Amino acid sequence: MAVHKVLGTETEFGITVRNAREPNPVLASSSVINSYAGRRARIQWSPEEESPGRDARGFGPEGGMASDGEAGMVNVVLTNGARLYVDHAHPEYSTPECFDPLEAARYDKAGEVIIARAAAGAQHLVGVDERIIIHKNNSDGRGNSYGAHENYLLSRQLPFAEVIRHLSSFLVTRQIFTGSGKLGSENGRPKVDYQISQRADFFEEEVGLETTLKRPIINTRDEPHGDPSKYRRLHVIMGDANLSEIQTLLKLGTTSLLLAALEDGALPQPIQLARPVEATWKVSHDLTLSNPLQIADGSSATALELQWQYYEWMAKYLETQEALPVYAQVLAEWESVLSDLETDPSRTADRLDWTAKQGILNAYHERDGLAWDVAKMRMLALQYHEVDPARGLYHKLVGSGRMRRLFTDAEIEEAVTTPPARTRAYFRGECVARYGSALVAANWDSLVFDVGAESYKRVPMMEPLRGTREHVSRLLDESPDAARLLERLGGAR
Amino acid sequence: MSERERKQSSRRTNESTEEAEVANAQAAGEELTERIDDLLEEIDSVLEENAEEFVKNYVQKGGE
Repeated sequence: MAVHKVLGTETEFGITVRNAREPNPVLASSSVINSYAGRRARIQWSPEEESPGRDARGFGPEGGMASDGEAGMVNVVLTNGARLYVDHAHPEYSTPECFDPLEAARYDKAGEVIIARAAAGAQHLVGVDERIIIHKNNSDGRGNSYGAHENYLLSRQLPFAEVIRHLSSFLVTRQIFTGSGKLGSENGRPKVDYQISQRADFFEEEVGLETTLKRPIINTRDEPHGDPSKYRRLHVIMGDANLSEIQTLLKLGTTSLLLAALEDGALPQPIQLARPVEATWKVSHDLTLSNPLQIADGSSATALELQWQYYEWMAKYLETQEALPVYAQVLAEWESVLSDLETDPSRTADRLDWTAKQGILNAYHERDGLAWDVAKMRMLALQYHEVDPARGLYHKLVGSGRMRRLFTDAEIEEAVTTPPARTRAYFRGECVARYGSALVAANWDSLVFDVGAESYKRVPMMEPLRGTREHVSRLLDESPDAARLLERLGGAR
Repeated sequence: MSERERKQSSRRTNESTEEAEVANAQAAGEELTERIDDLLEEIDSVLEENAEEFVKNYVQKGGE
């Protein structure tokens, strides 16, 4: 029986200050995060538990890799259980641990709202003619990329070699519905006017530990953020940041399903591409979705055909499972998006960022006779991703009824302030809300309290599915302060 | 009604249906163009004015 697929996303946002005389993205990012922190409790992110240098293939930590703690000292733990911080030269938002892909899509969208508000709140810190602008994208079009990572809870018993064998072709071909679209090409790839993915051009290896150079399709970072004898936490780095809620659901939902089926031994022989890295670029550059990819067994198939194959396997797998209803929704959206991509990709412009953005660019190309590589087209492509609802072109499409949503504003607003109820994020978020002044440090798998005792008290949270509302709401309600909470936790042990 | 008359009549019905469909499609097409024009106007009103300068300065550090 597969481990329940607890999951989340980690998004680095693009940031720029218009008219800035001396651009300093680290300072700008810090201002944005600090402005949101405001009077909220300052809680350190305790880095000792993090080990981005540990490799899932079994190698030890590599030297020279900065931990998250060293790289970004500005850090806020939010009442919704999320982490908001500065990573390198970008504001980053990590969703809390979510119970299912629909919830994860909602907390991912909540992150955009939080970042947009944080930017608005920091606006008074820059000059009157300057403006902080934030994009949910993954590339500056000049050869620099930053990530939108996904994480999924896996069983430690699943050999990592199995993940590599099965997941790589899936990740390469899912780009046809996970891409957010990009003008031109980068990183030395063949010239194109437009391509499906923001990220594809930057992938150079099939498997590896790196995330900032020689990016691999399968990232082997092994940070379980939970009981390491039971869990892995798969870190998927090959995805685009999506504005479309349906697209985020598709990306997270289909991948969760595939991983669950893999753990349950429900996948037939793996599909292995002959040259996965080249195939990554090829799929992204093929706007007609018609180029066949070479399979290692000598046959060939298009990305669309391979996705239909995965779809059929997952439909069959779900028949044997008592799955959450959200997976029926994922399957229905998956079938619909593949059918529409097959008929005419522009039919997906109501739910996929790459076709929606392409629609805008096509319209300008036709109305104004603009070439694809002129500044105005680059501006349109960039502004599609702007998180400010008054300016972002994605928001204009939603506002005019051209793009479908999954959530109401009220549902997003709830996710901005309150944690998911069915994971340990509930305990973290509620502790921040109720006992924030006594919390000195937090991490995915622990909280550290200062209640005036001789030493700090650390509360471990090694089980992602404990500390839920059902488990702890009474305990919290009966603990008027952190000292009493710790007493009761100690007494329970 | 003879077989032939029926055919003619049905063809007429088809023709008028086709005409109606063409007219509908044209109307829908015009409406679509109008709606796209509205959208582009709205985008024009929020689009960064100095695109040249903006995209020239848009350089991000790598991340992750």
